[in-house]
Amino acid sequence: MSYLYAAYIATWVIHIAYLAYLVRRYTRLRTEIEELKKNR
Amino acid sequence: MKRAFPILAILTAVLLSYGLYGALISAPTEQTMGDVQRIFYYHVPSAWTAFTLFFLNLVASIVYLGRRNPKADALALASAEVGVVFCTVVLVTGPIWARPVWGIWWTWDLRLTLTLVLWLIYVSYLVLRRFSSSGQTPVLAAVLAIFGALDVPLVYFSIWFFRTQHPQPVIGGGGSIDPRMLHILLINWAAFSCFATLVCWSRYHLEILSREVEEAQALESLVVESPR
Repeated sequence: MSYLYAAYIATWVIHIAYLAYLVRRYTRLRTEIEELKKNR
Repeated sequence: MKRAFPILAILTAVLLSYGLYGALISAPTEQTMGDVQRIFYYHVPSAWTAFTLFFLNLVASIVYLGRRNPKADALALASAEVGVVFCTVVLVTGPIWARPVWGIWWTWDLRLTLTLVLWLIYVSYLVLRRFSSSGQTPVLAAVLAIFGALDVPLVYFSIWFFRTQHPQPVIGGGGSIDPRMLHILLINWAAFSCFATLVCWSRYHLEILSREVEEAQALESLVVESPR
């Protein structure tokens, strides 16, 4: 059973890590957009 | 797609929950392997989803080479990146299944080796996109994507034409599968396909937005540097 849970946990760790990476990139992009708006 | 996004998100959540319940609880236990076989409900749909995303990458790359459409290039990048994530899941869950069933984590079997090569090709594609600053990068990446896509049928058909240690295909491979197992497998495939669509769509829009910001920053620096 431990192998089964390890596989399912690993799957979701990989997906959540990638989603976190996307959220971080999006947050950084929003900051850059705000800075561009301020400079105009 | 903007309107469909919340509906698709809810559908994905429902399918993923039902798929997880089915895979861990309601699907019958396989007689030879026992509960470890249940890894198959995540491993196989992840592989199918990765193949679909690499096919999307191939189509978008061909469209980009033909029309030089930047949206096709952004879609190619998004599908390759999400495809690599799903392919990583395949390469991680496979050895976790193999250890208790085969007694080893990995073997240089044709199917496994070709899958690793496929992953490496698309990781190279992403490295090229990330670190090359040449104006020709999208063209080079599109050509690499076309060569990379040639590995997908090799991976898929390797177990049909060669003797490998990997189990035979679930559908169309001459074997039989319990209808309840097939039902859960297809539910998980639908769930991962919906999830991949959501993530790929988000990554595509992030890429479009990122390029717009880069253009605006370049324009701004030109305005600042130009003499008054």
